[in-house]
Amino acid sequence: MNPSILKRIFQAMRPYKGNLLLGCCSALLQVLFTLITPVLIGQGIDCLVGKNQVDFSQLTIILMEMAGCIVLASAFQWVMNVCIRKISALTAQDMRQQAFASLNSVPLSTIDQTPHGDFVSRLVNDADAVSEGLLQGLTQLLPGTATILGVLVIMFCLNPFIALVVVLVTPLSILFAKFVASRTHTLFRKQATAQGELSAYVNEMVGGQSLVKAFGYEESCFERFDKINESLQTSSLWAVFYSAAANPGTRFVNNIVYACVGVFGGLAAIQGALSVGTLSAFLTYANQYTKPFNEVTSVLTQLQTALASAQRLFWVIDLEAEPQDSTDAIAPSHCNGLVEIEHVNFSYRKDIPLIQDFNLTVKPGQRVAIVGPTGCGKTTLINLLMRFYDVDSGEIRIDGTPIRQLKRSALRSMYGMVLQETWLKNATVRENIAYGKPNATMEEIVQAAKAAHAHNFIQRLSDGYDTIIAPGGGNLSAGQKQLLCIARILLCRPQMLILDEATSNIDTRTEMLVQAAFEKLMEGRTSFVVAHRLSTIQTANIILVMNAGQIVEQGTHAELLARGGFYANLYNSQFAVQ
Amino acid sequence: MKLLFTNCKGYYRQLVLGPVFKLFEAVLELLVPLLMANIIDIGIQNNDSAYVLKQGGLLLLLAVLGAAAAITCQYYASVAAFGFGASLRKQVFRHIMSLSGREVDQIGTGSLITRITNDVNQVQNGVNMFIRLATRAPFLAIGSIVMAFRINAEIALIFLISTPLIIAVLYWIMKHTLPDYANIQKSQDKLGALSGENLEGARVIRAFSRQESEKEGFNQAGDLLSSITIRVGKISAALNPLTYFIANVGILALLWYGAKYANRGLILSGDVFAMVNYMTQTLLALIVLANLIVQFTRAVASTKRLSALLEIEPCIQGNSVPKQKEEAPAFLTFESVDFGYIDGRNALTNIDFSIKKGKTIGFIGGTGCGKTTLANLILRFYDVTAGRILLNGQDIRSYSLEELRKTIGYVPQNVNLFFGTIRINLCLGNPQADDTTLWQALRIAQGEEFVRSKPQGLDTPVEEGGKNFSGGQRQRLTIARALAKKPELLILDDSSSALDFATDAALRKALRENTNNTTVLLISQRASTIKNADCIFVMDEGRIVGRGTHQELLTNCAVYREICISQKLIDTKEDAR
Repeated sequence: MNPSILKRIFQAMRPYKGNLLLGCCSALLQVLFTLITPVLIGQGIDCLVGKNQVDFSQLTIILMEMAGCIVLASAFQWVMNVCIRKISALTAQDMRQQAFASLNSVPLSTIDQTPHGDFVSRLVNDADAVSEGLLQGLTQLLPGTATILGVLVIMFCLNPFIALVVVLVTPLSILFAKFVASRTHTLFRKQATAQGELSAYVNEMVGGQSLVKAFGYEESCFERFDKINESLQTSSLWAVFYSAAANPGTRFVNNIVYACVGVFGGLAAIQGALSVGTLSAFLTYANQYTKPFNEVTSVLTQLQTALASAQRLFWVIDLEAEPQDSTDAIAPSHCNGLVEIEHVNFSYRKDIPLIQDFNLTVKPGQRVAIVGPTGCGKTTLINLLMRFYDVDSGEIRIDGTPIRQLKRSALRSMYGMVLQETWLKNATVRENIAYGKPNATMEEIVQAAKAAHAHNFIQRLSDGYDTIIAPGGGNLSAGQKQLLCIARILLCRPQMLILDEATSNIDTRTEMLVQAAFEKLMEGRTSFVVAHRLSTIQTANIILVMNAGQIVEQGTHAELLARGGFYANLYNSQFAVQ
Repeated sequence: MKLLFTNCKGYYRQLVLGPVFKLFEAVLELLVPLLMANIIDIGIQNNDSAYVLKQGGLLLLLAVLGAAAAITCQYYASVAAFGFGASLRKQVFRHIMSLSGREVDQIGTGSLITRITNDVNQVQNGVNMFIRLATRAPFLAIGSIVMAFRINAEIALIFLISTPLIIAVLYWIMKHTLPDYANIQKSQDKLGALSGENLEGARVIRAFSRQESEKEGFNQAGDLLSSITIRVGKISAALNPLTYFIANVGILALLWYGAKYANRGLILSGDVFAMVNYMTQTLLALIVLANLIVQFTRAVASTKRLSALLEIEPCIQGNSVPKQKEEAPAFLTFESVDFGYIDGRNALTNIDFSIKKGKTIGFIGGTGCGKTTLANLILRFYDVTAGRILLNGQDIRSYSLEELRKTIGYVPQNVNLFFGTIRINLCLGNPQADDTTLWQALRIAQGEEFVRSKPQGLDTPVEEGGKNFSGGQRQRLTIARALAKKPELLILDDSSSALDFATDAALRKALRENTNNTTVLLISQRASTIKNADCIFVMDEGRIVGRGTHQELLTNCAVYREICISQKLIDTKEDAR
């Protein structure tokens, strides 16, 4: 167990220290009253000495006391449970919120480099594990420790000799638990690996089912599955067997303690050193004393998982955030669209240089086409323009102001961006179109949709503008999603545009309409267009030709064709069919 | 429930013996308070140390026997449960893989995966718990009551009040918390979806500077989760205190009536002690039982879901009678084919065409015009709703699925590679393919160069989905994968979308030169890809609206001309040619 993580969890619980205090006090009081009860029961049994010898007045007092203890013990136990549930749920929620906030301020490189599933699992599963682990840990550890201490004290007060017997036998159970824990740890890890492997395989095969079928791959696929399945079966069999054996094992130790107390207590009673009632109390205590020990192992594993999960959450929370906007960063209200790029160097990895000494001046209203084969790094430019990534050296200026001196939000709002991979929220069509301008009126939204030629299909959706878009846009075609993304931009009317193969997914006829809308939008606006479409490229003021992440050529269509270089090759290849 | 029996096959011995051993342990456990009462009532009362020691020895013996029986039972339970689980998992996986596209669409890939992981595990746990606890807990609960009645039937009536009360409390709490657990699961799913969406859209969110509202949305969902959790917590937190309260009030009553009877000389203090013990034992057993019921309801729900899944008959099944190969005048024929993914909405209407062997045919049209559906039908991922498809003059439904699919090389639109190596992926449809065949396929697919440049060549590892290759490389590998099968019919569904024009052109050239005997269907949105095909079919909204060569279509098909114009294929240069 890592003390520094434990410390951080306690820090995270600080806002709820009132509840924590209340929970602790309740735990102590609950244990106190629970422990008094067996003594009272013992005294009650001692009242039953024989025929016509029962002291009812004495018994009444004892039973009244007992009733009080029962009520108080129950009440305090409830209060404790509720307090701890609150603390654990709220602490986990705080950590989850912090982690989510962190994700929204980390540089994009972090998001690009980490599998999204991993983040999601940390935010959901690990936060849950923290909540459950804290709950189980605290509700058992707090009263558990108190019970062990309390029982020890009471037993030594009642009869030191028998107390000693109990204390000497119980370590057996701890030894046993240790044995089980050491055995199961590796086995459970094996099981988790096999389960993970199986899930991954099923995921892959079910996802690629049509491939499996089209290629008649079923038999080999079943063979592989059976192998993984078998290894999962063996590892889980033993893991579960050993961990389940812990139960009868500890019960065995309990029974031995019980038998010992019975025998030694009985012998002591014969010698008159102990009453029958005290013996009964002892027997109850023997059970109560060993119980927390048995639970300690499971609680410790629970706590350990919680700590491991907390650590995974803290990792997200501690991710380095994007450098803050400098304090004197400005947010100009107007932008002309003059973009100057000067001596820019950039690479994703220090050892692989990418963009080197890149210079470009784009006058307001000019159109820049970025072309090149797939995977040539066209998105890199977008990353730099939008400051998703910062340049390593050199400077990008807008209207003469270096973009580092602009507020990020101001810089980004100057651009309208339509990426190749459309992203829509799991919200209504209306909310999606108004994503960049949440206070837009319905009229404006419809107007933008019309301009993007999306209005017609939106009206055909089941709830029109109030149709909820399924996660990942499942209920829309690729083209429709793209149209909504375009409408989203059209509503904001930014001064500059970044279009990333924006129209490649739309069928050709719709595309003509969209192209027309774009042409109109681009009029007078500085625009950067990533496209394979030569029609767009031919009319561009500047063409940037990229290959393998680098800008290899720069110029107009005619200039580049005349140069007979990379671009000319690329251009001609489209017609080089025969 | 049939699935329970079929998959338990081979484990009947464990299923019976496990509970028997457990029962034996429970019987021993019930004897403990009696022996202890004997120590008190006989041993201590008569000052008989030897008797106390003897009973103590018996207690130890019971402990040893009990532990041995319990561990034997655990072993049987593990063997049976995990054997059952593995067998069920195997059955479910095979069934899932036999489903056809229509069923998979309906159920959804995500649900299918949940079925085979969570649901199977849930049922497996159910079997495990059944063997381990299903007999023990109720037996202990009822046995304790019976033993109490044996000691003193009148005092034991208290058990008949306290036990139903405890059961009522357990029932009430479960009834009020179980639905909320489903809600908790739902809001956790929501959180997962929100964070996935947020990561996915990081660029857009930042472009619009909407981080704050995203955080707000996430926090709201999180707050909802914690408020449900706390609300459920308040109820379930009452379980232990309430049952503790009832059981102890029961003990209080035991003592009071015990005292009354003892005063009349009808009961001994040791017996009262034993009854107090039985009361505690009943309580513990009932709580275990309650947890067990929760687990069982989950297992039963999972069993139902799995049964429902297993009952689905794949609507597409092959013919088991082998076919005689014969040459027909046309290789592939569509006869007035209609098809709809959803009833009443046709994706294809009245498709009619016939293709001769060895020809290259192009299909062009916008998204959603039904091009990919054609491929799905030929491969029998779906079956036609009306009309028929003939391969070599015979209805494709008269072939076995294996036979049919063996003749087809399919390059799907979305490129997907399996985890493994390049070789494993290329050999997917032809496990016997040798290196020469694979390199030949790669050469045609324009992938030879980049595979050669890898130090491990054909044995280069492929990550899941082919993540370690670029889109273009993946696409070329999927083409090579289809070619390695040496198919009679090659279907390329938009298979050059990630290739640049130069590679695309080289690919088409290589295909033309190397696949004389192969019939090729080129499905594309790009006119340049298909313009040299022997015949081009132009599709629009599920119908064929034009057929002929490039030149013919330019003059007589408006839709085709529109497509070409929008792609700037016919400019002055083109017309001059």
